[in-house]
Amino acid sequence: MQVLESGIGEMIQPPDIEAFREWNRINKSRKLVDKLMSEQEAISRFVYDGCYIGTELYGTVRCPMSLARELIRQGKKDLRVCGQGVLELDLWMAAGLVKKLDITYIGLEVYGTSNALRRAVESGQIVSCVEWSNASISWRMKATAMGVPFLPTRSMLGTDTLKYSSAKVVEDPFTGIKVCLLPALILDVAIIHVHRADRYGNSQIEGITGFAIEMARACKRLIISAEEIVSTDEIRKYPDRTMIPYFLVDAVVHAPFGSHPGEMAYVYGRDEPGIREWIEASKTAEGAKDYLDKYVYSFTNHQKYLEKIGNKQLSKLVEERERR
Amino acid sequence: MTDQPFTKTELMICVAARLFADGTTAFIGTGIPMLAAMLATKTSAPNLIPVFEFGGLGAILDDLPRAVGEARTFHKGLLAAGICELMETAQRGFIDYGFLGGAQIDPYGNLNSTTIGEHDHPKARLPGSGGGNDVGSQCWMTVAIMQHDKRRFVPKLDFVTTPGYLTGPNARDEAGLPKGTRPINVVSTLALMDYDGGPGGTCRMRLAATHPGVTVDEVIENTGFELIIPDRVKVNDPPSAEELRLLREEIDPEKLYI
Repeated sequence: MQVLESGIGEMIQPPDIEAFREWNRINKSRKLVDKLMSEQEAISRFVYDGCYIGTELYGTVRCPMSLARELIRQGKKDLRVCGQGVLELDLWMAAGLVKKLDITYIGLEVYGTSNALRRAVESGQIVSCVEWSNASISWRMKATAMGVPFLPTRSMLGTDTLKYSSAKVVEDPFTGIKVCLLPALILDVAIIHVHRADRYGNSQIEGITGFAIEMARACKRLIISAEEIVSTDEIRKYPDRTMIPYFLVDAVVHAPFGSHPGEMAYVYGRDEPGIREWIEASKTAEGAKDYLDKYVYSFTNHQKYLEKIGNKQLSKLVEERERR
Repeated sequence: MTDQPFTKTELMICVAARLFADGTTAFIGTGIPMLAAMLATKTSAPNLIPVFEFGGLGAILDDLPRAVGEARTFHKGLLAAGICELMETAQRGFIDYGFLGGAQIDPYGNLNSTTIGEHDHPKARLPGSGGGNDVGSQCWMTVAIMQHDKRRFVPKLDFVTTPGYLTGPNARDEAGLPKGTRPINVVSTLALMDYDGGPGGTCRMRLAATHPGVTVDEVIENTGFELIIPDRVKVNDPPSAEELRLLREEIDPEKLYI
């Protein structure tokens, strides 16, 4: 198959699908092992300087914010990040922890562009930005989830998004049409927040699933945080609801309100004043640092963070949730 | 029709809302497209099926979503799935329209939401494609909604994030984009544009209708490239009293956008 065009973006994590199979053979236990642990233990055991890491969904929706804050407390640095991100990646960039980005979208949606992203990229702190579309990055994970080295798509063609990616264009040998080939994306670490999980990692998600199903299957290590830890009997009662089976999971963290100030479908709504506080603070580097001091560095754990937010505010968010 | 005063943004949302066809599927980008879609479902397109990239399809838009993944994007919805499912649905040809925003647009309807200046040393780093590139690639018809000024309507983009007609006639086909997909309209704060996209057309942007109170010269002055000006330019209807009431009281009472 002749390559017609190659993106000039850096291949931040060259995919090795054989090595990934081997990894899964050796390092992922098929036994039902208790993986329940704290945020501190999960981050210190599985996240390391320079690792290629991704979060799901994104900062204001079902995002593992308690784990994202713990990662900052532990100062894991030189991260190569696959993102789609809002608050969580903003906080990491503001803390100076991100070195390279496979970027789809980092912004604040209703509140506009991300000042943390602008400062990190325009100052050269982030040394490499490789461009993708949202579907493309999800399909890259899907390729890994399928155990194949690439997937063809009809997105990205003809644009600078393709030029500054590491995708390639070829002529399809069956039909002759041009397709964009997306390399499989294999994360060193993925962190995903779910509605409920058992101690072994069997996980359920309510509402939209974003790219959790693909990401959970496209990583060497997977840290799950869950609003609720349930018994395995409960999982076995509704096996059709298991979206992430235990053998994909390396750590399970109990994190009630783990997505705060973001939302969790049917459990609590987003904390608009809480989100606005970051929007305002992040307008300057100093403001962002003060925010990190106030909401990240000054607490030893997620429980202390929740005490700071307070029961009154948390109850209000539960009251304001989307209802079935 | 109404004598009530209205803002350019309110008018832009109303003109965009009127473009939604009832009984069709439409990918809704974050921001102004959400307000336009909500207004459409409350007026001319009650059976519109809104599609939000992270998994929501067919929501009842009772409250304005603040994010493309939040619970309001699948409120009383028909489907809550994931990004692959919905993007693959578009890739199979099921999504009729895409409504998008962007920082810059060129005469061929290409959009930039990635960088201002050189990519590797940008003057301004913008959010990136998000689902924009996918929507512009895969939906049958794409509508861009933009503020209208010379910094945004530019002859050449610093970065082509999302494909319009690319470099002109046949360029989409040559690039391999799905046949028959194309940009159809731009709704701005000054006017409604379409494209000279028919057989033998140039694929360049064309003025279709000015907003009430806006002259053709004003549109030309605020466009950084040569816009095709037809002999007859229509004038859009101003917002009706009901459209304004819906926008101000039901859709954006917190004034996040209007």
